[in-house]
Amino acid sequence: MTPLLEIRDLTVQFRTPDGVVHAVDRASLSVGRGEIVGLVGESGSGKSVTALAVLRLIRPPGRIVDGSIRFDGRDLLTISEDEMRHVRGGQISMVFQSPRTALNPVVSVGRQIARLYELHQGCTSTEARRRTLDMLGLVGLSESGRLGSQYAHQLSGGMCQRVMIAMALATSPRLLLADEPTTGLDVSIAAQILDLLRDLGRQTGAAILLITHDLGVVAETCDRVAIMHAGQIVECGDVRSIFGRPAHPYTQALIRAIPRIDTDVAMEPIPGTVPSLLAPPPGCRYSGRCPLVMEACVLTPERRQLGGGHEVACHAVQVADVAAARD
Amino acid sequence: MSPLLATENLTKHFPLGGGWRAALGGGGVSAVRAVDGVTLTVETGETLALVGESGCGKSTVARCILRLIEPTSGRVSFDGVDLATLDPEALRRRRRDLQMVFQDPTASLNPRLTVRATVEEPLLLHTAGTASERRDRARDVLLTVGLGAELLDRYPHELSGGQRQRVNIARAIATTPRCVVLDEPTSALDVSLRARIILLLDDLRARLGLTYLFISHDLATVKYLARRVAVMYLGTLVEQSPTAELFAHPLHPYTRALLSAVPVPVPGARRERIRLIGEPPSAVDIPPGCRLRGRCPLAEAVCAEPVALREVAKDHFVACHLV
Repeated sequence: MTPLLEIRDLTVQFRTPDGVVHAVDRASLSVGRGEIVGLVGESGSGKSVTALAVLRLIRPPGRIVDGSIRFDGRDLLTISEDEMRHVRGGQISMVFQSPRTALNPVVSVGRQIARLYELHQGCTSTEARRRTLDMLGLVGLSESGRLGSQYAHQLSGGMCQRVMIAMALATSPRLLLADEPTTGLDVSIAAQILDLLRDLGRQTGAAILLITHDLGVVAETCDRVAIMHAGQIVECGDVRSIFGRPAHPYTQALIRAIPRIDTDVAMEPIPGTVPSLLAPPPGCRYSGRCPLVMEACVLTPERRQLGGGHEVACHAVQVADVAAARD
Repeated sequence: MSPLLATENLTKHFPLGGGWRAALGGGGVSAVRAVDGVTLTVETGETLALVGESGCGKSTVARCILRLIEPTSGRVSFDGVDLATLDPEALRRRRRDLQMVFQDPTASLNPRLTVRATVEEPLLLHTAGTASERRDRARDVLLTVGLGAELLDRYPHELSGGQRQRVNIARAIATTPRCVVLDEPTSALDVSLRARIILLLDDLRARLGLTYLFISHDLATVKYLARRVAVMYLGTLVEQSPTAELFAHPLHPYTRALLSAVPVPVPGARRERIRLIGEPPSAVDIPPGCRLRGRCPLAEAVCAEPVALREVAKDHFVACHLV
């Protein structure tokens, strides 16, 4: 069966006065039906741009230069803007990082949700209102009658994020793009929001692409994960393989950089910084930071299969060794 | 050994509706009880972490300690002197020894000052050196926090987030303070930057003999930096303990809930989650008795009674009826 979302060789560039920013470089990624996939990397690695490209929300000076984004068999990059508008918000919706700024400050939150039912499903205002109340209940805002008439500034950050999730799920999308949905929230509220996303994903059958820089969140929430560095996807696989046997030096460095509460392993920062995307190094963009760098790294490494859907793009990884480690 | 920094019953209430309504004599004025009787001590050379979620009052404690805002009541003593009673001039002289690093590395830098001017400013205010001494000191401090002298003439917008936070740290340590209050210095940073700033802060503490009051909601970071941890909920301390002890044997339901909510990068390592119900109540209508009562999964009738910190193991204090 074909995956629900299949991104192939996506390349996004931004033309700026200083030159062309190579934000995403031949990124390939797939999300299966009902699956939760994490997209992980440091700031500026191109995670959010990838999500925006899926919704075709890259605006000039940005441009999708190459690649295909197949959603349910259709290439989203070739359909008309009219068709795209039905996909956007209807079949694919998005939860943004800062819920308070993503919500309209001068429209009550209930009205914002109801509007979606009217626009996407042609509901009457009474019907839309009833469904809005149901939806608010579903995301755990139980006193929703009163809450619906409130405005974003009257709600806490956690409540705003619940409202965002309600909006994103109102149209029963098949894919939810969640861009750092818990960044800036307190741990206990973040845990509630992740539980909610996971439960609702299961209930509604929606697949989720979860963008985050927190590997802990990925380990607890996702089925599979793709690691992105400076616009390139360097490794992907199911969470157990990636956390159990990380193959790419960048993935290993990311995992070592997390302060851990569960063990006493030392924490090591990742060497160097994300290279400038105005003039990234040729080939593997991690080469300038990588302890295993070698001559071949000036050529873009092919993605190689390590078994069980685990793929890595690195010249230094010996496939035989990884396979031996698996057995 | 007497503590370097101590607060005693520190309280900060922000009156509500204190404007024209109060002026017209309209009934009793209610208040946000942001900090409600916090007593803590920080020994010389140690890092005490003050942990809690948004709105629990931890940043207000920091601001009261530095008298950036005036506490409603209670004492703040630094090196044996009560800061609350100092006149502005004496307080200013004391600030040389007590500095702060703020959460937002961008907002806390003046966009119109170069790195050099930013780092030299506290020297200008607090030290008697000449211009060339200040210049040398600024260069040295920048090197100490791992930045090259080539950044001296840059403006904040020309720096990355990590560099900005280093400049903030450089500004705080420029006057060779004895104690630095760190208000969530890593929460606006990315994974790899966070790790670097944590290691830098710990290294500076050891090298320069600093004492830290480290305010954070990030328990994993706290585990790396702090010797002792105080957990705060809705204006009061609920638990206080040496770090290792707290992570091994958290006692208060709030501490346990916080710890169990921290995601761990091990798939399938689902620990027992202690779920709190809903969100923290408003700090205006604080319920009597234990403040966690309305959200605590273990709450019983006794929890409506007032509760105070008591020592349950060596140096381990907890405020819970059920422990």
